[in-house]
Amino acid sequence: MDALREARVKTFVDAFRFIADNPHLLLVKTAEHLELSGAALGIALLLALPVGLWLGHLHRGLFLAASISNVGRALPSLVLIAFGLTIFGIGFWNNTVALVVLAIPPVLTNAYFAVDAVDRDVVDAARGMGMTELQVLRRVELPLALPLVFAGIRIAAIFVIATATIAAIAGGGGLGAIIVNRASYGDAGVLAASLCVSALAFLAALILSLVRRAASRRPVPVP
Amino acid sequence: MPGQAAELVFDEATKQYEGRDEAAVDHLSLTVRAGEICVLVGPSGGGKTTALRLVNRLIPLTSGDIRIDGTSILDQDVVRLRRGIGYVIQQVGLFPHMTVEANIGTVPRLYGRPRAWIRTRSAELLELVGLDSSYAKRYPAQLSGGERQRVGLARALAGNPPLMLMDEPFGAIDPIVRARLQDAFLALQKEVRKTVVFVTHDIDEAIKVGDRIAIFRRGGRLAQYDTPQAILERPADEFVAEFVGADRALKALALHTLAELDLGAPAGGPPCPRTSTVRDALALMLQMDAQKLAVTDERGVVVGSVTREQLLS
Ligand SMILES: Nc1ncnc2c1ncn2[C@@H]1O[C@H](COP(=O)(O)OP(=O)(O)OP(=O)(O)O)[C@@H](O)[C@H]1O
Ligand SMILES: [Mg+2]
Repeated sequence: MDALREARVKTFVDAFRFIADNPHLLLVKTAEHLELSGAALGIALLLALPVGLWLGHLHRGLFLAASISNVGRALPSLVLIAFGLTIFGIGFWNNTVALVVLAIPPVLTNAYFAVDAVDRDVVDAARGMGMTELQVLRRVELPLALPLVFAGIRIAAIFVIATATIAAIAGGGGLGAIIVNRASYGDAGVLAASLCVSALAFLAALILSLVRRAASRRPVPVP
Repeated sequence: MPGQAAELVFDEATKQYEGRDEAAVDHLSLTVRAGEICVLVGPSGGGKTTALRLVNRLIPLTSGDIRIDGTSILDQDVVRLRRGIGYVIQQVGLFPHMTVEANIGTVPRLYGRPRAWIRTRSAELLELVGLDSSYAKRYPAQLSGGERQRVGLARALAGNPPLMLMDEPFGAIDPIVRARLQDAFLALQKEVRKTVVFVTHDIDEAIKVGDRIAIFRRGGRLAQYDTPQAILERPADEFVAEFVGADRALKALALHTLAELDLGAPAGGPPCPRTSTVRDALALMLQMDAQKLAVTDERGVVVGSVTREQLLS
């Protein structure tokens, strides 16, 4: 028993030693990881946010929003990556597309439901006072929907950062390249890279929370 | 920004919601004169809200027309049309993420007014609706129901619209605050002289506030459109008579103040300001078991007297 515990503690210590000994390798891999995740999340936001927000504004497309979220939940990313391999071949784009598909559902459904749920009387007043549809969305619905919209983005970011790890299987690089290569880096290397992934996901969630707070605490402009 | 008051004409205005047998508003024709308060009153589901929302095109007309100062609402850009119409709803619908000042500044902001101008305008309007300037930086969640209604009113006035639509603006508040808001609103109206369409289902509120009252029956048909006095004295039919209530003679007493009567010579008795309605004076008389009241002016000086007989005639 004690021996096992000792071994575990030793692995942890080794992992930190690995980090201290290989800062350059980890930095490069983390940068790759970030690049892949960031690109995927960025593209997903670009696609899913406008669609989700606008459908929510119209209170239409509930079926679409719900289906997308279900499909997203049902599709294992590994399958997506394998599927993508046949289309895009090995590399950055294959992985990016898989991760985009993974990130769209939480972003789109949260955006949809957040805007859909904004108090109808408030929206009615806004429209009745002569805001254009875009103004209603931008000045009233979006600020009120912001917390939920950001929750969706946060979930997507964590998903993407965690899943980008398997990208290595399809030649995507990133921290996953260390994790799937125990033969070269040993237990310590695998654990060190995993810690980096966790830290990344945690940091991303934290940063998004801070952005959200800044966005909604910004003193409301005296018009 | 607009100004002055506009004449509003409903011309055979009809709204038939899809999948409904009965029209919600059925060939409604009435004219609201510039600067008057027209109260729409009637049973729940009678089509009052629908009629109101037809005007700013939140609900599209099925047939007929509505004209503001002679121009059909259908011939105007819908956003422009709405910016020129003040809109107050029962639920108030203040923007929870904006301060009171920003809420009030909504329409001026849409008109592209500069910040400083809007700040000054907000302060003016707050004062006009009886709130002091410390309210400017508060958020709607930090206001009482009555205060929210006042801010909603100020917000609707901010664009200086020639026409105001008010859907049960004092609906969800207690009777005392409500009476105070009605008084404030009437005093305000004396100053700003807007054309107002005011929805309520409270006939007493209609009598108090309205220059003219439009009584709706179910199915959005107009039962009678007349001054409060005429409606109380000559209800057009059974439905109207029943709607205004068996005590309509008593209600009619609320239409006049003591100042409008030929007062007798100053005499003793319980004092009553001459701005009181005849109805309130009578109530005071009964309560004090008096035959005569001493009528006072604004400073409390006795200027005349009234008797029971005089009040009841
Ligand atoms: N969007 C809608 N679709 C279908 N029918 C509607 C819609 N809005 C209102 N109605 C119907 O039209 C009729 C008139 O409704 P409206 O809201 O104008 O009544 P109201 O006089 O304002 O009633 P209340 O005093 O209860 O507010 C009602 O029978 C109502 O059910
Ligand atoms: Mg209504």
